[in-house]
Amino acid sequence: MADKKPILSIKNLSVSAGPENDPIPVLNGVDLDLYKGEVLGLIGESGAGKSTLGLAAMGYFRRGCRVTGGTVTCAGVDLLAMTDQQREAIHGTKIAYVAQSAAASFNPAYRLMDQVTETARIRAGTPAAKARSDALELFERMKLPEPHQFGLRYPHQVSGGQLQRALTAMAMLCQPDIVIFDEPTTALDVTTQVDVLGTMKDAVRDFGIAGIYVSHDLTVVAQMADRIKVLLRGRQVEEAPTRDMLASPQQEYTKSLWSVRKIQKPPSVGSKSPEMRIQVEGVHASYGKVPVLEDVSINVRAGETLAIVGESGSGKSTLARVLTGLLKPRAGRVLLNGTEAASGYRQRSKSDLRAVQMIYQMPDTALNDQQSVGTIIGRPLTFYHGLRGEQNRKRASELLEMIGMDPKVFLQRTPRQLSGGQKQRICIARALAAEPTVLICDEVTSALDQIVAEGILRLLEGLQKDLNFAQVFITHDLTTVRAIADTVAVMELGRIVEFGPRDVVLDDPQKPYTRKLLRSVPEMDPNWLDDIRREFAKDTETATSPEGRAAP
Amino acid sequence: MQSIVKMIATRLALGVLVLLAVSVIIFASVEALPGDIAVEILGQNATPEAVAAIRRDLGLDIPAIPRYLAWISGVVQGDFGNSLANQRPISELMGTRLSNTAFLAAFTAAISVPLALTLGILLALFRDTTGDRVTNASGLAAVSVPEFFLAYVLVYLFSSKLGWLPAISNINPDMTLLERMERTLLPAITLTLVVSAHMMRMTRTAIIDLLEAMYVEQAYLKGLSRRRVILVHALPNALTPIINVVMLNLAYLVVGVVVVEVVFVYPGLGQLMVDSVAARDVPVVQTCCLVFSATFVLLNLLADVLAQLTNPRLLHPR
Amino acid sequence: MPLLTLACVIIIVTYVCVALLAPVLAPFGQFDVSAGAYQPWDKTHKLGTDNLGRDILSRLMYGLRNSLGIALVTAIIAFLVGVGLGVMSAVGGGWLDQVLSRLVDVLMAIPGLIFALLLLSITGPSIWAMITIIALVEATRIYRLARGVSLNIATADFVEAARIRGEGLPWIIAREIVPNATAPLLAEFGLRFSYVFLFVSALSFLGLGIQPPFAELGSMVRDNAVLITYGEITPLLPAATIAGLTVSVNILVDWYLKEFG
Repeated sequence: MADKKPILSIKNLSVSAGPENDPIPVLNGVDLDLYKGEVLGLIGESGAGKSTLGLAAMGYFRRGCRVTGGTVTCAGVDLLAMTDQQREAIHGTKIAYVAQSAAASFNPAYRLMDQVTETARIRAGTPAAKARSDALELFERMKLPEPHQFGLRYPHQVSGGQLQRALTAMAMLCQPDIVIFDEPTTALDVTTQVDVLGTMKDAVRDFGIAGIYVSHDLTVVAQMADRIKVLLRGRQVEEAPTRDMLASPQQEYTKSLWSVRKIQKPPSVGSKSPEMRIQVEGVHASYGKVPVLEDVSINVRAGETLAIVGESGSGKSTLARVLTGLLKPRAGRVLLNGTEAASGYRQRSKSDLRAVQMIYQMPDTALNDQQSVGTIIGRPLTFYHGLRGEQNRKRASELLEMIGMDPKVFLQRTPRQLSGGQKQRICIARALAAEPTVLICDEVTSALDQIVAEGILRLLEGLQKDLNFAQVFITHDLTTVRAIADTVAVMELGRIVEFGPRDVVLDDPQKPYTRKLLRSVPEMDPNWLDDIRREFAKDTETATSPEGRAAP
Repeated sequence: MQSIVKMIATRLALGVLVLLAVSVIIFASVEALPGDIAVEILGQNATPEAVAAIRRDLGLDIPAIPRYLAWISGVVQGDFGNSLANQRPISELMGTRLSNTAFLAAFTAAISVPLALTLGILLALFRDTTGDRVTNASGLAAVSVPEFFLAYVLVYLFSSKLGWLPAISNINPDMTLLERMERTLLPAITLTLVVSAHMMRMTRTAIIDLLEAMYVEQAYLKGLSRRRVILVHALPNALTPIINVVMLNLAYLVVGVVVVEVVFVYPGLGQLMVDSVAARDVPVVQTCCLVFSATFVLLNLLADVLAQLTNPRLLHPR
Repeated sequence: MPLLTLACVIIIVTYVCVALLAPVLAPFGQFDVSAGAYQPWDKTHKLGTDNLGRDILSRLMYGLRNSLGIALVTAIIAFLVGVGLGVMSAVGGGWLDQVLSRLVDVLMAIPGLIFALLLLSITGPSIWAMITIIALVEATRIYRLARGVSLNIATADFVEAARIRGEGLPWIIAREIVPNATAPLLAEFGLRFSYVFLFVSALSFLGLGIQPPFAELGSMVRDNAVLITYGEITPLLPAATIAGLTVSVNILVDWYLKEFG
């Protein structure tokens, strides 16, 4: 590669946001070279500046961002020195962009075909009929259902996965040299993600396009990229060919991105059968007339963790609402510590309320910003255990120590002064203050960066060992399941499709849906996508894909 | 198509329901407030005969529910009852005044809607420039001063000092359109200032929200010119918020009319209402209130329906 | 704080001081007839006299005192009622919320000024009637906002956490909802006070608000309006006094919302 000239080259680029006199650096002297026919993966956590860098490759900056130094050279010309008109001539035809949310990126007022062919018609001067037939060919190639009808639809009339493919088609239509993919599958469910990733990978290969693939998900980047560049707070950490990077990351920070994958709970030993903490028997629930849970039965024992996995809309969060009494089921019952609990939280006894505590996905909204940490943790102590004054403070301090935070520093702080991970720890302390027998964790790590998430998972594991509470852990991430679960329940469309010990469910799934779901989760192996598509292709010869069914 | 008809029918039914509820409130206000309205109107020293006569005129000797039914069925047929002050039919009193007020409102709308929308869109496109800041701040000032202040400043400038326009808008049906417009110009400008400032600020906000949409960014990244992005991608979607802004402000205009009519002694419905309040002519006030509220409700209903009709999700259901 | 906002704060503080100290500062009483009608500006009557020969400067000060006092009392009543019911509706839900919300929907279908005129024609003009009526009209608007704001907060996870802890409604309102609603509600109070101030002066201007001989800014405009046609700016002074306060409050609120909203 060294002898070839890059088609895109970013040198020493610095970008700031915020007020002129008090700038916040977004990118800090970043270099990037992209060669013909390769895909460069940009990876980093929130705030790393990867999206800004992706857009900078097009010479585009969002409102409020300013370039403070550096160049972006494409085909020998500096994009930053161009006029708007000159850049417009390149956008869409030479460099195209595929955004994260296809639903928001299509204009609701126009048919898909008009939008997909717009750049070709307006910029490239392609006759409308030719542009349409080209688009049709792309739709067919991307396996969009009824390609002839597809372009006539409006964006709100097709599914998310189909829209994301249409967005890719729009980017490819003018056969650009470079395509920027900005987290294009992040908003999709894993089973849909496989199809969309496959479509994009084929398109990049078939058209010989160079790409920049921006993502926070290492496994996804591993499938798409030839080279990976790691960013941290606007700076480059390390860069290497994908296989080298996966095999032996050099920097400490890069290694930490892998860390969650290293936790694995040992399979529960022995046949001791501790007491049941929570039992759900034949629960049916609905929002209004729409049924969301059908005949759900699960149970968790003391000291045990049940992971509930499923895609969006499978009803896993609704199940949590039934457990806490926020949603009354239409039928069925919930048993806490062996006795039936009232279905609504208003009717539950104080000891039943105390027994079930919840930890939320978004630590930012789960804590009242107006209260100090001491007040937040102290309230359940007063409410359930009648602790006041000095006793209350003492117990709150103990709880803070249990979650690894110094009471002298944190007791007086408010949530605004804490990081996301610290807030989530406070949420855990608040739940533990009640001395619950069941802890419900609803996607508690999905809003956090990898390394912080790992800390939270390890903390919960340690606490469970000491306090022996039962845990219901709702997640869509199978890596997390391996890390913490004893038993697993798989949900699809409001039903439990499979329920059993973790290793049985994960390693020897009995139901086709579980198999598909499990296999759809990307792995670190760069060959995974190609392998899995070959497997799925074999399967589809006998059955129809869920995408096909969802089409209107 | 079916869903559109169904939507319009639902909204219309809802509008009628709200209007009925409003009529009940207007009617019931007289009942609910403490004291005997007849005594209140005539004063404590009134003779029992006079009180009884007023009670009869107001129909207070009949129970409330049949009285309401009689009143509302009259209203539906255009019979609003008689004025307490001069015994003339209210519909006759309102006749030309209603059309005068409608003329003033329409005149104002004709100036202010194009003006405010153009300014609002321009401010959004050139936001955070000095021009934007100054105009936006003046707009804020214009909405927060009393209408009569603006009115008298205009009178002082254009009538007292420059002598260009009459300070009093005494129009009558025999005037030509041009004469009418000349006499109505000052009140119309006053109302325009108030309403346009509101409308301009709201349009600006709506357009800025729109320009932040992801599909606008995508349109830029597709290589489309700024002109095309704004005209083809942003503006068609701006229709819904703009309709809402316009209707909301026309509804606001209906109220602003009252004070301005009094300042310029303009023979409209607002003037009639204020005079009738001072004279305690409750039936006339009730009727004016009903007319103003009906206009208000209908404009909101229209906004709602039009906004729905420009929504692609409704026009092209799944 | 930008210069303009700072200037507004200074104006508001000055207004409040003048209103409080009117009896000390004003050269004449608000009812004193101290000269002939419509005297021009001179040494004793800095801003001349009105249609009855009362000192305009003194009446401006007393007028500000009266208007400001009435507007403040009205705004506070409207705010307590509107916020109280709005928060209860949002958090409590159920039939109370249904009934109140539908009632407010209907009341808001009648334009505020028009509804006030209707009620005034029934009660007749008096200070307390005006305060009650304006408070009622404005409370419906405040209810809408307070309910919306609280509903937003009430769906947050930390409130849900308090509910399933078993906390009662009063605790949730006082400790979880209200502290988080302070910023938008404070801004709303500023705006509502400014509306109420305009409302009071509009009614007085129409002759239906504060009755003579009490000095009130709106009615002062009405009393002396005839001078304008003679090219005098004196009647504009009370109107400008009103505008000065409402514009300042609005600019301050605008800044506050940008900063904390």
